[in-house]
Amino acid sequence: MKELILIAGLGVLALPAGLLNLKKLFMPIVLIGLATMVGFCIMDWNSNEEVFGMLLMDNFALAFTGMFSTVAILWFILAGDYFTDDTNFSDHYALVLFILTGGLLLVSFTHVVMLFLGIEILSIPLFVLVGSNKGRLVSNEAAFKYFLLGSFASAFMLFGIALIYGSTGSFYTADIAAFLNSHQDNVPAILFAGMLLIMMSLAFKVSAAPFHYWAPDVYQGAPTNITAFMATIVKMVAFGGFYRMFHTAFETIQESYVIVIYCICILSLIIANVTAAVQSNVKRMLAYSSVSHAGFMMIALLTMHSNTANILFYYIAVYSLSSIAAFAVLKHVKANTRGDSSIGAFSGLVKRNPLIAGTMTLAMLSMAGIPPLAGFMAKYFIFTAAVANGYIWLVVIAIIASLIGVFYYFKVIISMFGKSQMEPTPIEISFTQKLLLMICSIGMLVLSVVPDLLLNLLK
Amino acid sequence: MLTAVLIIFPFIAAFILIGFGKENAKPIALGAAIIEFALALVALYMLQTGQGECLNLQQNWIESMGISFNIKVDGISMLMVLLSTLLVPLILYSSFESTHHNQHILFALMLMMQGAMIGTFTAADGFLFYIFWELSLIPIYFICLSWGGNNRQKITFKFFIYTLAGSLFMLLALIYLYQHTTNHSFDIQSLYAAGRSLGVEEQGLVLGAFFLAFAVKMPVFPFHTWQPATYNVAPVPGVMMLSGIMLKMATYGLIRWVVPMVPEGLAEYGYIVIALSVISIIYASCIAIVQKDFRYVIAYASIAHVGLMSAGILSASEIAIQGSLVEMLSHGINTVGLFFIYDIIFRRTGTTEMKLLGGIRSVAPGFAFMFFIIVLSVVALPSTFGFIGELLMLMGLFQENPIWASVAGISIILGIVYMFNGFQKMMLGESNSLTYNFAPLSVREKTTLILIIILIIGLGVQPQLILNITGDSVKTLLQSIK
Repeated sequence: MKELILIAGLGVLALPAGLLNLKKLFMPIVLIGLATMVGFCIMDWNSNEEVFGMLLMDNFALAFTGMFSTVAILWFILAGDYFTDDTNFSDHYALVLFILTGGLLLVSFTHVVMLFLGIEILSIPLFVLVGSNKGRLVSNEAAFKYFLLGSFASAFMLFGIALIYGSTGSFYTADIAAFLNSHQDNVPAILFAGMLLIMMSLAFKVSAAPFHYWAPDVYQGAPTNITAFMATIVKMVAFGGFYRMFHTAFETIQESYVIVIYCICILSLIIANVTAAVQSNVKRMLAYSSVSHAGFMMIALLTMHSNTANILFYYIAVYSLSSIAAFAVLKHVKANTRGDSSIGAFSGLVKRNPLIAGTMTLAMLSMAGIPPLAGFMAKYFIFTAAVANGYIWLVVIAIIASLIGVFYYFKVIISMFGKSQMEPTPIEISFTQKLLLMICSIGMLVLSVVPDLLLNLLK
Repeated sequence: MLTAVLIIFPFIAAFILIGFGKENAKPIALGAAIIEFALALVALYMLQTGQGECLNLQQNWIESMGISFNIKVDGISMLMVLLSTLLVPLILYSSFESTHHNQHILFALMLMMQGAMIGTFTAADGFLFYIFWELSLIPIYFICLSWGGNNRQKITFKFFIYTLAGSLFMLLALIYLYQHTTNHSFDIQSLYAAGRSLGVEEQGLVLGAFFLAFAVKMPVFPFHTWQPATYNVAPVPGVMMLSGIMLKMATYGLIRWVVPMVPEGLAEYGYIVIALSVISIIYASCIAIVQKDFRYVIAYASIAHVGLMSAGILSASEIAIQGSLVEMLSHGINTVGLFFIYDIIFRRTGTTEMKLLGGIRSVAPGFAFMFFIIVLSVVALPSTFGFIGELLMLMGLFQENPIWASVAGISIILGIVYMFNGFQKMMLGESNSLTYNFAPLSVREKTTLILIIILIIGLGVQPQLILNITGDSVKTLLQSIK
């Protein structure tokens, strides 16, 4: 309850912040607020608090809330300029904080309408933020594309919820699960249709193939800060919602939808990795890489056993940390090469600023899944779970996909350590940005050495 | 406990080098490497005096997945640790002759690699082994990428992808075995039990997956295509690390993770992998004969020798495994010597194309003499260290299968052809404009070469020193499967 009040309250407070002349002060307020969120999550651990019967702050919800608040703190440090350059800073604050509110609903709902509300509260501000670079055509195009496709996805979800309500007579996930338990032999066909519609719209939100077509254009067109936000926090809460919905409501009929997720996994892994390999723009490449990571995380959803939530949680944490690092580096490189985000812009980076290059190397190695970095551990846990469930061929495909992944992540590394085309002018970055890069690097290293930190949170 | 220190110390030294070693990289790096060697000698002493238990360490790491930080040292591991701790100071010392930009980072990466390799040699947990195995790849990749020659980006990337792809199959095999363990653990004994409980065909598959990973690293025909090019572009200290120590990770892996793990699979399907190894010996020797550049001769010679080691180990005969262990040490010393010779010639003349050189002996007879001794050890002349290993391996292989042994034995003759050919063309004959001014060896170069020669002759006369270290461990390893 207090988490919800805090985050929504911060959002509401942000609206008049411009009038109250809080421009300088608001960043610390938000950071303290988010740190308090993390504190609340730790305090409420194991409390299983119910909020009006519609949300349940169980450990899963608290873990995800704590994680997205932590990543949001990092993101706010990363995107500091987004809130100082523009005159509309209070809008930006408010919209981002509302997205976080939506995210909180997504990871804690027990009532399916809350899932829908979460998705909507998350999506609508996101459409605005994607288009927030009003002067640039690509930004507008991205917002428009995202909005059109996103509204379809929302409509699908609503239709799916209606069908499920029609067949089970309840909006509560627990009731749906109970209904399925008692009607195991004669599940109404429209329930399957509803479930598939919900799955489609959630797959759209996590940008898993074949519902990923918006992702490259939107990622590339959106301001880099927002792209970083989408790749980390939005994806994280969407996966939280996905897991929660399918774990709590539909676990009994898992056999009926496993094949669909199986196909989504294979498509995401193959399409995303093969397409990413031919990209020359790093931002676009990261978009495809995020699709491929969605594919890996979907494998975890395939293996519904006691450890799935832990594995998924660990994977998302690792992926978010390396994404934040990668996007922070991308931002610095862009700012120092006149907005160029091609792979060529990274050439000779190690001579221009070793810290940036080192962090990017770690992030790329981790995303590529090179042992012993955290990204490898995350993939490894997923592979083990999949092999234990008998999906050995899926693991073989995933291994081949991650090999292709090595190819494009290493393009960046090779470029950074290669000769620079132009005179290597040093890149200067501020102290806070240095701190952010160091936190991300240390975080990645710590997670790779002691994965048990996050791996035993959820039982 | 000491083993953990052996693993961690190089990493600490590396970080100190990166942080504070810009000014005096050489003394710090060499000092750290020598301390590491001294620590290894202490470990050897403890092992020989029956305090081996103190060297082991078991610590839970990722409990929910049955993964522990489990390191054990027996004679086989000890020899490998000695090999890497002995060679790294030599390599560092020999590389002081050339100038490298940012040398403190280069030395730091070499030390990190050493730490990771010692981890690989002592890991008694499948997952830990895999982690160290891959960890050692990252420093060498950056060594080649940052200090390599022309076209290094493409070539080092090919090298990286090849080895990574190979080892992913090993990972798959490890996960597969893990699923078959009764107590869901990566402990080496549990994995052995799981491997032996499989049917013959499954064992064959596991054998294939492991062999793929090791075959790429060694390399064995037809997975060797990354090797000559990589040896050509990598900086000399990098190549020494690669061929001197790193490829022994693969041969060690065969001994530790394949022979005891899948005995029935090896008995049934072993002929395929032995055949590949034997083909690799002949193939690489023949190609070495027609090479024009001495560096390529060394590269292909390395493939030929490692093919023999692989065949010997996979024959699962005790003598052959003993021999291959000796050969690993001698091959490490020999290749470091050969690459150092190459480096000396290259720095003075700017080329190692053998046709262009000649007559160095008349200008620098001492150098030619030392080169000749190393060549003799490479071609396995009796009373050099190279001889013992080859003899034991061929003996062991002969007991298992005389035909393989006789085919593999040709490699000694072919070895004489390509090594003597190279020696003759570069050293003998009339000196020409390139070699006329061949500068005398510096003190450092002389010391390095003399050290190498002392090792070659000394251990060649007293091989029992080495066999004593490994003898019992090999027996225990093989007893468990018979």
